[in-house]
Amino acid sequence: MSQDFRLDNVGMVNREKKISFKFNGKKYFGFEGDTIASALIANGVHLVGRSFKYHRPRGFFGVGVDEPYAILQLDRNNERDPNIRATEQEIFEGLEVKSVNCWPSVNFDIGAINNFLKMFFPAGFYYKTFMWPPSFWYKIYEPFIRMAAGFGEASIKHDKERYEHKYEYCDLLITGSGPSGLASAYAAAKNGARVILAEDKPRFGGSLLTSDVNIGNQTGVEWTEKIIAELKSMPNVTVKNRSQVFGYYDHNMLVMSERISDHLPKTQKYLPKQRLWYIRANEVLISSGSIERPLVFGNNDTPGVMLSSAAKEYMKVYGVLVGKKPLIFTNNDSGYETAIEFKKNGVNPIILDTRSDPSSDIIAEAKNLNIEIKFSHVVVAAKGYKKVKSADIAKISDDKKELFNIENIECDCICVSGFWTPSIHLASQSGNKSKFNEKIDAFVPDKSKQQENTIGSANGIFTLEETIKDAFDKGFDVSNKITEKNNKVSVPTVVEKKSTDHDKFWCVPLPKGKSYKRFLDFQNDVAVSDIELALREGFRSIEHVKRYTTLGMATDQGKTSNLNGLQLVSDIENKVVPQVGHTTFRPPYTPVSIGAIVGREVGKHSKPTRKSPMHSWHEKNNAVFVHAGVWLRPRYYKQGNEGLFEASKREAKNVRQNVGVCDVTTLGKIDVKGPDAAEFLNRVYTNAWLKLPVGKARYGVMLREDGIVMDDGTTTRISENHYHMTTTTAQAANVLSHLEYYLQLVWPELNVNVVSTTEQWAGAAIAGPNSRKLLMKLFPNLDVSNEGLPFMGYKEADLFGVPAKIYRISFSGELAYEINVESDNGYFMWEKIMEVGKEFQIQPYGTEALSTLRIEMGHVAGSELDGRTIPYDASLEGLVSKKKDFIGKRSLNRSAFTSTDREKLVGVVPIDKTTSIPEGSYIVKDPKAKLPNPKLGHVSASCWSVEYDNPFSLAIIKDGKNMIGQKLFAMSPLKNKTIPVEIVSSHYVDPEGKRVRS
Amino acid sequence: MLYINCPHCGLRSQNEFAYGGDATVKRPELNKEISDQEWDNFVYLRKSPRGKHLELWHHISGCRQWIKVERDTSTHEIFKTYKANEAIE
Ligand SMILES: [Zn+2]
Repeated sequence: MSQDFRLDNVGMVNREKKISFKFNGKKYFGFEGDTIASALIANGVHLVGRSFKYHRPRGFFGVGVDEPYAILQLDRNNERDPNIRATEQEIFEGLEVKSVNCWPSVNFDIGAINNFLKMFFPAGFYYKTFMWPPSFWYKIYEPFIRMAAGFGEASIKHDKERYEHKYEYCDLLITGSGPSGLASAYAAAKNGARVILAEDKPRFGGSLLTSDVNIGNQTGVEWTEKIIAELKSMPNVTVKNRSQVFGYYDHNMLVMSERISDHLPKTQKYLPKQRLWYIRANEVLISSGSIERPLVFGNNDTPGVMLSSAAKEYMKVYGVLVGKKPLIFTNNDSGYETAIEFKKNGVNPIILDTRSDPSSDIIAEAKNLNIEIKFSHVVVAAKGYKKVKSADIAKISDDKKELFNIENIECDCICVSGFWTPSIHLASQSGNKSKFNEKIDAFVPDKSKQQENTIGSANGIFTLEETIKDAFDKGFDVSNKITEKNNKVSVPTVVEKKSTDHDKFWCVPLPKGKSYKRFLDFQNDVAVSDIELALREGFRSIEHVKRYTTLGMATDQGKTSNLNGLQLVSDIENKVVPQVGHTTFRPPYTPVSIGAIVGREVGKHSKPTRKSPMHSWHEKNNAVFVHAGVWLRPRYYKQGNEGLFEASKREAKNVRQNVGVCDVTTLGKIDVKGPDAAEFLNRVYTNAWLKLPVGKARYGVMLREDGIVMDDGTTTRISENHYHMTTTTAQAANVLSHLEYYLQLVWPELNVNVVSTTEQWAGAAIAGPNSRKLLMKLFPNLDVSNEGLPFMGYKEADLFGVPAKIYRISFSGELAYEINVESDNGYFMWEKIMEVGKEFQIQPYGTEALSTLRIEMGHVAGSELDGRTIPYDASLEGLVSKKKDFIGKRSLNRSAFTSTDREKLVGVVPIDKTTSIPEGSYIVKDPKAKLPNPKLGHVSASCWSVEYDNPFSLAIIKDGKNMIGQKLFAMSPLKNKTIPVEIVSSHYVDPEGKRVRS
Repeated sequence: MLYINCPHCGLRSQNEFAYGGDATVKRPELNKEISDQEWDNFVYLRKSPRGKHLELWHHISGCRQWIKVERDTSTHEIFKTYKANEAIE
């Protein structure tokens, strides 16, 4: 198809560069700089989709973010993008788009049967119809709604495109580059402010691109180009097109989405597809302009009915005619500007003006051009199904209630103008309570809530002269508060045509005997009759009417429908609009892609990954890793065909029989220093710390103030006023914050400092009966005998030239030592341990073997200290001092915490000695009891005991201390298992603790 | 996102901080006999005012200092920030 509706030599698209694209599989041509909408209109295509509820044919209604209809599905570079507005998406070579919400095709859509059943689809239809019976939901209603509704399909593949986030700071952010945005940016930039000017369209200038005005002896377009060029040359100014500021958040934080590559066939190397800007602005000038309001009449959703300003922009910017027999239906002077533009391009429009006898410069010009004008006339209904073919028009009485002389006239488009609605969304999001301006029948921002001001038509200023002057002033004022440079530029002279008042009339009455649908919300198919019904059914609050009818709840957020909806509710209720109020505006102003919101934080980048200095050794030695918080730790080291079970059993067994080495770098480490360090630890831990000698370690438990165990670990007195605290891997950050809290806020008189040293030290635990022999070879000059380095002892020594710290502590229950060296020496230490340990049959062991070893020893860990247990429950009551006070002690006196049958840690062994007990199983007395079976407790951790070669679990059960020896059952409803078990002591191996002291 | 004026570091975005709750709560002194009720009030009971609220924030990704912030819980306006040991006006 050729571009029959393209004008010669008009518009701003690049005629040198022809671009081909596909719409619904058919090839079309446009020019560089076209949107999908302008290129399709140039080709005479107006049917692009089907409406949401009735599946009525849909065309183009607007020319930018306000577009309610033309939402398409885009295929670009093998990625699917739904929810693309044809009025915003620029075409590129090879672009493919298709219609959504229609099946099997946009020309023949089965769902359109809804349109003929529309008496069954009134307001609240979904609430009323799909309520009953409940069993119908998944089988009938939901599949039906899903098939029939929705604007396109999101891809279920991983999105390979890159999205970036950027943080920016500025003195002044200006949201829109129309006349007020340009003027204020220029004034502020010249006054030395750091300015960001954001424009959502590809071209700067806003209304200046389409209006016939003169600024400083230049056309609007020339002046725009001059100002933009100068702003771009200034180092203190950032100018961004294709960038929508969509959210205004607390403390002047605004978020902007920049579409960097969407208009290109492929994202360029080193560039993201989109970039999300978090902008902290000292001041904001909202210059987001205004959106033309529709007039409401019968079948006003027919393709070919569109905003008059859109028709003008298609001509002036894209050189495209939306029709060749236009009807202009207006209640104000804006429609005349569109008519004049048609006339200049050789097309004869007819103007229907609802006003009886208006006069202004613009009307006079239209008359001089011999444009046919019918005053006191309205469109009663559009005729035509997939495209406007004619219109029923009528004369209307002065009280706007009666229609006379209804006649049908031929036309191929109806351009409507019901005056202008300021885009107050951003101001409203910032917290600004808007006020109703009677003169323009619309809301405008009221008092500033944050550091924001609204300028230009967004503030209800509709003359260019006033807009420019006000914007120059505001740009200077807000910048001068910051820069204090007093550098004021002069305001250029403005020449524009004067216009006269608009008519408050906006909704054409139905002629007798007709029941045309008159639509308010074009995307959600909400008609006048739906609002009337909602009010008849008793809905009063505008927020309820909105939700019941879905008015303004579509992806366009009611940009074209809100005010007409409010007007209708007010008319029916005999109120005025400000009494009805308006619904809340919430971000985002326009839809934002999920990719942009997520940014780079996908997959492995969603969290940082911490690795120990020995990580590469583990990798080289077939470690299978597990995430422990953000750390990656070896879970086991695979040999041959081993799985997790065989490998961890082998590794644990080797610790019990020979010696093993485990990377314990991930343990939290905190340096506690200062003259009051001992006193501080004494308050933090439940046990006594004042008498711990230098060179000794102690195991400690710390509580929260509510008496629940927070963490455990060993702390070593390195010197008089210096302690080395260890925490569990998971709690390291919380423990540091906890200590800082008490030092800074509760006991500031204590002279103590704490600092995290987790990353400073690499740690290796060597455990097993051979560990002393290994230590002797690693530190030949050190006395490592049981007397020289006793259990809980600490020594500093030299490891082949590297300074090392040796702690004789044990988590495995074996004779064990923990060696720490500076992180940079970690790899060296590990290699030395493996090399020297060879003769003692050393093997590395991972977290799975580590768990096995601690479980069969009855040592508690995170699965027991789960934020619900007090020391007694975890059998740690022996560590609770009766003499001194400490954090959380008072809570332990509470009655529930002192009750004698509290849940307590026990061991669990299956009677058959072979069936492993799933973690999380319930312990019950009678497996056949009626559900819910009263549970005694739960299994917290399970392992295969390498000592006894049978399964062993830890459990926390009611009255645990008196349950030893009982035969009970472990039930796992999830695994559908019931296992007869015997309750035993949690100290399954070496209950006297001889090995650690050997 | 709030913009919090750390008395040690200056204006920083909220994502550098962790919220720490009501700053007016005073921990009972150590070794002091107190009733269950008093202890429960300290551990569990907090006011949840609409309006001005003195609260703790911890500058965890900054200076690691606990600070006090006087904030309006409904508008998020921040009136003043204090160092941990500073007298509250
Ligand atoms: Zn700070």
